[in-house]
Amino acid sequence: MPTINVKGSDVAVDEEGYLEDLGDWNEDIAAHMADEDDLELTSEHWDIINFLREYYDEYQIAPAVRVLTKAVGKKFGKEKGNSKYLYALFPYGPGKQACRFAGLPKPTGCI
Amino acid sequence: MSEELQEGVVKKMMYLNRKAPYGTVYALESLEVVLIGAAFDQDVSLAFVDDGVYQILNGQNTTKDSGIGMKDFSPTYKALGDYDITKLYVEKESLEERGLSADDLMDLVYEDEDDDWAEKPSIILVSREELADVMDEQEVVFSF
Repeated sequence: MPTINVKGSDVAVDEEGYLEDLGDWNEDIAAHMADEDDLELTSEHWDIINFLREYYDEYQIAPAVRVLTKAVGKKFGKEKGNSKYLYALFPYGPGKQACRFAGLPKPTGCI
Repeated sequence: MSEELQEGVVKKMMYLNRKAPYGTVYALESLEVVLIGAAFDQDVSLAFVDDGVYQILNGQNTTKDSGIGMKDFSPTYKALGDYDITKLYVEKESLEERGLSADDLMDLVYEDEDDDWAEKPSIILVSREELADVMDEQEVVFSF
């Protein structure tokens, strides 16, 4: 099983880099994954990551991008509720990349 | 079907759920197909009949001690509204035959975008006869 090494401890991930165990997650892991993708996490990134974690906690799924976009617009303001904003933050896709940083499985329906 | 979808044809589709949530994989599979299929903007409804009504029972306990030992995926039904799936038909007779009533079901709601995001119930209680009529109107029925 592949692992990533974050601050001295090995964390199990799947072949696409998603955490095997959601319970392993911490902010250092998110920052490490972002660093690997040449991204620096800003408070705007964290808003989305934390939102995804709360959504998963409540509904036991990662939301589809369409659902995420609508929810972000409602929570953080209309100007942020569009895929342009989310793709600017997460160039590999707000579903795939942000969910990975958040320690969640790949969103259902995301190919 | 894919060509029709590309042309923007909206079909009336029903997912018919007849089985208890745990013990077989039908309920979870149905739910996953519903969530994936939601991306195609079809006119989707769900129906819960027979043991299928147990899928949306309130307060499910699936711990090892309960004898089930599977992940409780019932919270995911609460996300259906976010996916614009707002018609969940529940057959009254199926509830009654199991000593259940609407009060035993989860509070499943959606926010109506056209009505200032007012929260509205998604569950529609129907008799066996009424459900037969609704099923008659469907162009596609997926049975799980």
